[in-house]
Amino acid sequence: MVRPRPEPVQVVKQRRDTALSALVHGVPYINFLGIEFERRGDELTAILPFDEKLIGNPMLPAIHGGVTAGFLETTAVIGLAWAGLWDDIESGRISIERLSEGHLPRLPKTIDFTVDYLRSGLPRDAYARARVNRSGRRYASVHVEAWQDQRNVLFAQATGHFLMPSRDD
Amino acid sequence: MDSQKAKMAEHFINAIPHCRALNMTLTNIGDGKAEMELPYDDRIVGDPETGVLHGGAVSALMDTCCGAAAMCHPSSPSGTATIDLRIDYMRAATPGHTIRTKAECYRITRSVAFVRATAMDNDDSRPVATATGAFTVEGT
Repeated sequence: MVRPRPEPVQVVKQRRDTALSALVHGVPYINFLGIEFERRGDELTAILPFDEKLIGNPMLPAIHGGVTAGFLETTAVIGLAWAGLWDDIESGRISIERLSEGHLPRLPKTIDFTVDYLRSGLPRDAYARARVNRSGRRYASVHVEAWQDQRNVLFAQATGHFLMPSRDD
Repeated sequence: MDSQKAKMAEHFINAIPHCRALNMTLTNIGDGKAEMELPYDDRIVGDPETGVLHGGAVSALMDTCCGAAAMCHPSSPSGTATIDLRIDYMRAATPGHTIRTKAECYRITRSVAFVRATAMDNDDSRPVATATGAFTVEGT
């Protein structure tokens, strides 16, 4: 048995980044908030660059609670979709060309989402990572943490439940 | 006195940059209750295939409306901040329609305001989403 030669690193990276970019940039709301994702292997970090239009309290000023909720929900949904797509991306079962043309896979639907506001969101960039605690055939439970300057000082965290898209469409 | 509080809350809500960016409007406020609207907008779609609005935009509407209800309660001295907010999504909002929400601050203590809200589209009989939250009571 001869082990097949591993693919060149650029090919692997390009395939993963193209799939991620198609997934993220295909959703208007994600572009509206300006959220981007950084990838290290399969690990994703969501980034929300600060912008005036994200402010909810002009006196402090602080990021709007609804923006924080939307940022965390986006991180959860993309994290969940990404985890589900990973094997198909790696094996080439998903056509990257079709993804880039806007043929997105069905995204998980939010059933409920609970945000815990730990401190006010400062007028600067925010980061978030999702952890899929359980992902079954129909339901998934995801936890998200968000921070600004210090990774260990969270400004919000959230838990949500999601309905998974059926595998046969 | 209370109408003055409602005016203050209204002024405060209308000055929020994120609410202006989403073209949200306050349609009714007073006595621990508030009503707001979010017009349909292509920029805040969450599912490009169906045109259904993203949950985040609904969250922003619910959070603002709940905060407004907490602020205009007769026992609330002034400002408020969200401690926690849970949103249950009952169904997808019909694309193209305005989302309307009603929030009620049903209990307030010296430190916490408890608020619930319902969001509807063109069909009043089936809510799109419901929310429950706890808010801080500031200025005491």
